[in-house]
Amino acid sequence: MTARESAARQAVLDGLWRNNPVFRQILGICSALAVTNLLLNTAVMCAALTLTTAMSCLTVSLLRNWTPRRVRMMVQVLIIAFYVIIIDLVLKAFWPAMSDNLGPYVGLIITNCIIMGRCEAFANSHRPAPSFADGAFSGLGYSTVLLAVAFFRELLGMGTLFGIAAPFFSTAWDKWIIMVMPPGAFFTLACVVWFLRSRQAALEEAK
Amino acid sequence: MNLGSEVVGIIALCFAAAFTQNIVLTTFLGLCPFLSVSREVTTAAGLGVAVVFVMTFTCALDWLAYRYVLQPLRLEFFRFILFIVIIAAFVQLVEMIIERGSVTLYQNLGIFLPLITVNCAILGASLFMVIRGYSFVQTVAYGFGSGCGWLMAIVAMAGIRRKLANDRIPAGLQGPGIAMVIAGIMALAFIGFSGVLQGL
Repeated sequence: MTARESAARQAVLDGLWRNNPVFRQILGICSALAVTNLLLNTAVMCAALTLTTAMSCLTVSLLRNWTPRRVRMMVQVLIIAFYVIIIDLVLKAFWPAMSDNLGPYVGLIITNCIIMGRCEAFANSHRPAPSFADGAFSGLGYSTVLLAVAFFRELLGMGTLFGIAAPFFSTAWDKWIIMVMPPGAFFTLACVVWFLRSRQAALEEAK
Repeated sequence: MNLGSEVVGIIALCFAAAFTQNIVLTTFLGLCPFLSVSREVTTAAGLGVAVVFVMTFTCALDWLAYRYVLQPLRLEFFRFILFIVIIAAFVQLVEMIIERGSVTLYQNLGIFLPLITVNCAILGASLFMVIRGYSFVQTVAYGFGSGCGWLMAIVAMAGIRRKLANDRIPAGLQGPGIAMVIAGIMALAFIGFSGVLQGL
């Protein structure tokens, strides 16, 4: 029991902190930066990505003994694409405005390297339950960093949070339009990566 | 619309795709190789050329497949899978052809081709092309322009990073961190091109 507990702990720690896909491995930022100018878009995108990663890892793990090694990449892409199509159709049907906002970025979850990376590095050789947890926490690790980026971009660029005017920032604050434009995404992510990596290095030194 | 203004429109589209709507600096596509393969100018240029080539042709192929197969069958939602398969198959085919045809070209370009299959810029360009409803000629111009934009950005990035190699950068910012700051400054510069387009 303790062995399993520590494995679960490991999945949580690795996904969220030690091996965080965004600021440790710099994976999956391609489709991510574009949606971080508004918190709401980011939250939906993060939910979609976490769901896809967890479910794809689960499926890949379930099928791992029946997948010939040579075609496993193709099988993984098809599994990921299957979940992405479902999410795309659900969004189109029930939240068309959000579907328009996210544009091609929902479809681009397919080529997000986090998912392929987790499927290839973990789900391929582990049992379904740990694979699901690993995928889910990698997705959550991605989500926390993205939400942090979106928080600063929306607050400094538009003076709102989730579309609701924030005190001080919506009135007295001189809005930094650059933050909601593409360069702002690069600068904010660089600062977040800088901060988190320095924290990590300081913590390691303290040990 | 007469032929002259149509040609100007196509050139403007191509220019916009390369500069003002630069695929990596404004839509953030193809960022992973942009940050990881941009240490050497020659490697960056090799990958960039491969991207221009593959992007132009896969955009055209994806347009044909979307217009003449998926739309008549009303299977538009199937485009993600079809586009990925077309891109993977095309890259494989090109790899086989240049392996037979030219040894030097294969040695220079061959190692980059498998990387391109997972480059989200390629799929992204095709998805944008569908969303914006481009015609066939516009699609080719858009694919070519986007590829050139990516090539320019990664070569410039590699050049800047080589200059920075001996500078002292804060520990937490080294590697991808500083690359993102550079990308941000480059994005600012590329936005400056939008004035050129308004004058056209």
